[in-house]
Amino acid sequence: MNSFDIFVLPFAIGLYTLLIVFFAKVFDWIKHLPVGDRRKIGRGIRSRKLFGVVKEIFLESLIHRRIFKVNPLLGYMHMSLAFGWFLLIVLGAAESKIYGRDLLNTPWDPIFFKYFKHDTNEFHSAFFNFTMDFLLLFVLSGVFLAYLKRIYARLFGLKKTTKHIFFDRLAIISLWLIFPLRLLAESLTSGIYHNGGFLTDGLGSFLAGFMPVGHLEYTAWWLYSLSVGAFFVALPYSRYMHIPTEILLIAMRRFGIKTTTTFTNFSQIEVYSCPRCGICIDKCQMTSALGNEKPASVYFLNTIRAQKVKPGLSFDCMICGRCEQYCPVGISLMNHRLVQRNKLISNGYNFQFLKNGIPEKARIAYYAGCMTHLTPSIEKAMIKILEKAGTDFVFIDKDGGACCGRPMMLSGNFEGAEKLIEFNRNNILKSCADILVTSCAICYKVFKSNYDLPLKVLHHSEFILELVKSGKININKSGLRAVYHDPCELGRGSKVYEEPRELLSHALELVSTGYDRENALCCGGSLGNIMLGYEEKNKINAAVWKEMMVNDPEMLVTACPLCKKTFNKNAPVPVRDIAEIIADAVQISPVKPNHQLAPEQIAG
Amino acid sequence: MKKHVFIIGGGVAGAEAASQLVKMGFDVTLAEKETQIGGKLNQWDRLFPSKRKAAEVLDFINKNLVDSKARVLFNTEISKISKQNGGYKIYAGIEECTADAILISTGYDVFNARIKEEYGYGIYENVITSVDLEEMFRNGNKIFNSNKEEPKRIGFVHCVGSRDEKVGNHYCSQVCCVTAVKQAMEVKEILPRAEVYCFYMDLRMFGLQFEDLYRESQEKWGVNFIRGRVSEAAENIDGTILIKVEDTLAGRPLKMKVDLLVLMVGFVPSAGTTEIGKMLNLDLTPENFLKPADEHLDTSSTNLKGVFIAGTCKSPKTIADTFADARAATLKIKEFLEGSEK
Repeated sequence: MNSFDIFVLPFAIGLYTLLIVFFAKVFDWIKHLPVGDRRKIGRGIRSRKLFGVVKEIFLESLIHRRIFKVNPLLGYMHMSLAFGWFLLIVLGAAESKIYGRDLLNTPWDPIFFKYFKHDTNEFHSAFFNFTMDFLLLFVLSGVFLAYLKRIYARLFGLKKTTKHIFFDRLAIISLWLIFPLRLLAESLTSGIYHNGGFLTDGLGSFLAGFMPVGHLEYTAWWLYSLSVGAFFVALPYSRYMHIPTEILLIAMRRFGIKTTTTFTNFSQIEVYSCPRCGICIDKCQMTSALGNEKPASVYFLNTIRAQKVKPGLSFDCMICGRCEQYCPVGISLMNHRLVQRNKLISNGYNFQFLKNGIPEKARIAYYAGCMTHLTPSIEKAMIKILEKAGTDFVFIDKDGGACCGRPMMLSGNFEGAEKLIEFNRNNILKSCADILVTSCAICYKVFKSNYDLPLKVLHHSEFILELVKSGKININKSGLRAVYHDPCELGRGSKVYEEPRELLSHALELVSTGYDRENALCCGGSLGNIMLGYEEKNKINAAVWKEMMVNDPEMLVTACPLCKKTFNKNAPVPVRDIAEIIADAVQISPVKPNHQLAPEQIAG
Repeated sequence: MKKHVFIIGGGVAGAEAASQLVKMGFDVTLAEKETQIGGKLNQWDRLFPSKRKAAEVLDFINKNLVDSKARVLFNTEISKISKQNGGYKIYAGIEECTADAILISTGYDVFNARIKEEYGYGIYENVITSVDLEEMFRNGNKIFNSNKEEPKRIGFVHCVGSRDEKVGNHYCSQVCCVTAVKQAMEVKEILPRAEVYCFYMDLRMFGLQFEDLYRESQEKWGVNFIRGRVSEAAENIDGTILIKVEDTLAGRPLKMKVDLLVLMVGFVPSAGTTEIGKMLNLDLTPENFLKPADEHLDTSSTNLKGVFIAGTCKSPKTIADTFADARAATLKIKEFLEGSEK
């Protein structure tokens, strides 16, 4: 088949530019990947993990399952564009190859197929004409929704959409033009030769009724070629780079590669995989409570990609994990923030104050944590429960001890945290305990993720639940209606959602909020953000309180001493830790008479 | 016909304003939610700087109020206030009153020390507030810890709930510094052998003779002042309190065992102040106290015509300042009521 006209050049140049730029990047990324990561790829490709890769690429890159979970309409928009276009390419290639009986035809053959092929007598034409038109309609519905999203983002569940950089605008304009122009070009051609399907032929015949289709056809194909070419040229420099890069990301992640404490080329791939969809902007409480969109992960990744990371932006994040929870690409957004912090911090600490003690030996090691020491009612409640249940325990940090290291990790000081981890780890191991129990969600997170302990690590909510289940303590249930707040580090951080709820359901009535489990809000007291002042933290907390009170609970229960302290400031209802609730419900010992005034008397 | 002024809150400011307004020739109704006049003054034993008995001042207020024959409604809370014929209609308890002007003197609450949980108030028996200590003074000058023993070492923590962004109160409560100095000396009077430590950020001795008190407390009574904020308190098995503090002048962290820890609780707007402010939609200061119409030129009026404010519902104040403020408000009310006649 002789199918060449000068108008295919913009498309061809665009395509080759894209391929060259993209593969040069891929080559560079893979070449400078850490050796360990490269080995993982080598092993992964030869393993069954490859099936998982294909499945995830299909579900996420084409169907966009995670976006469907955020909002079905938004999901449909992405699916129709991605999956629809993908099928158009596949079927278009098949059509042109079958027609030309040439497996190695030019890349533009399928793109401009209708321009060059006018006879419709082929037996398969009816099928292809219908299917290709149907797919084009499918994609056009997505394009229409994309226009609509610019005007009514709220229809798609989005309050804010991403502000785009120059190349994003160029790419998005050309992308928006591609399919309408394809429709126009194919229709005009069909208006002359009647070689289209129900859509293009219908529109073509209609246009032919009052337009000089023969004169316009050629121009339309030129414009179509130009729009595709422009999109391809802009693609590597725009957010659409995520389309090819995400495939790499999915494969490498499935092979076990992660961004942890350093910025590797895998991290770079993650950065390029960000589609700038802006879902993270709405999820960020800095936006919703403080009206500050700047720190949102999408803009932060932009600065990494542009190599213009601002220190302020690196530290202006609560590391609550809400963006990561909802990121449709699954980028490890929190680690990216910490890795950038790590580049900025100075390591001028000395750790001479760490003096090794020899803890007593016991079956259970209880580590309260610094924040629990600042909320002594939690500590007291835990000791009561441990004693009531007759457990053999040692209170490892009774006299203060050393910090668990998590706050240092959150500040990006991984090296300093490592010193604290090593110190505490030795102390914990010396106790010869089988179980480590902590009252602090922050400590729990680092014990679980970074301590590599050869023993069972339990948050006190999990531990107390075990005591209840094994009958070591009995709890009286009251009719009190309480709301449970998931602490970030326990919930999204450590995936402990159900144990606290199950435990609380033994003692009181739980009412829900619109922000339970994965969708929980950060209380605002985060150790992760060192840029926030107390006034701003209070503002965030006040906004959270509003959401927690929607179902009129009589109490707020949480499982993190820092959350408790944060909520306590402007509390419309009492705030308590889960351990306090249980300690009261088991009625270990009557409350001792107190010579102090009750708060009611003081307030009077 | 006599103009009618309705006063909400019968503490120092409200009671003093009531008797003054009667003297000026107005009809006055005073609503008080408690069973007695005087508000927080009833909880204090002696007043700084002269250590005169609070009861003396209370007697003065009570006598004036009784002599004035102002109408006083005890056990009365305000449920609703609405505008009526240029004045106001007030639903006070079971009564409905009309008034030409309203004076709000709903005062302050002390900061709820339980919010500052790291100090253990309400959790450790030997952690008390400055209000609890005054009560001990009033009940016969006997200071005991929870074991009914005389404490050998007592710590005072300044700025509990004041100048503390962590609890959302960044303002100074003004009177706690000098109260701590006064109380520290009183403790030494009762327990001469006890060691007394004050943990402060800085000492704001703004009034006349306050500085002298501070000096006297050190020279005559041997009270120790350590500049540093107590970070946390823990309870030992014997009930004593272990506090952690940084001595910022010596530049070193410090751990100290005390038998009794006194928290100098600051001022917050009282529940009644917040409620009335909401009810009338009054402007608030950033600290959530009631906001005067002009910070310099008219500190008694509000954004609402005919509604006036006096005393600690506006800001933390000493007793002396509260008296002065109440009298200033009465003049403003007089000006308003007589001006409206013309």
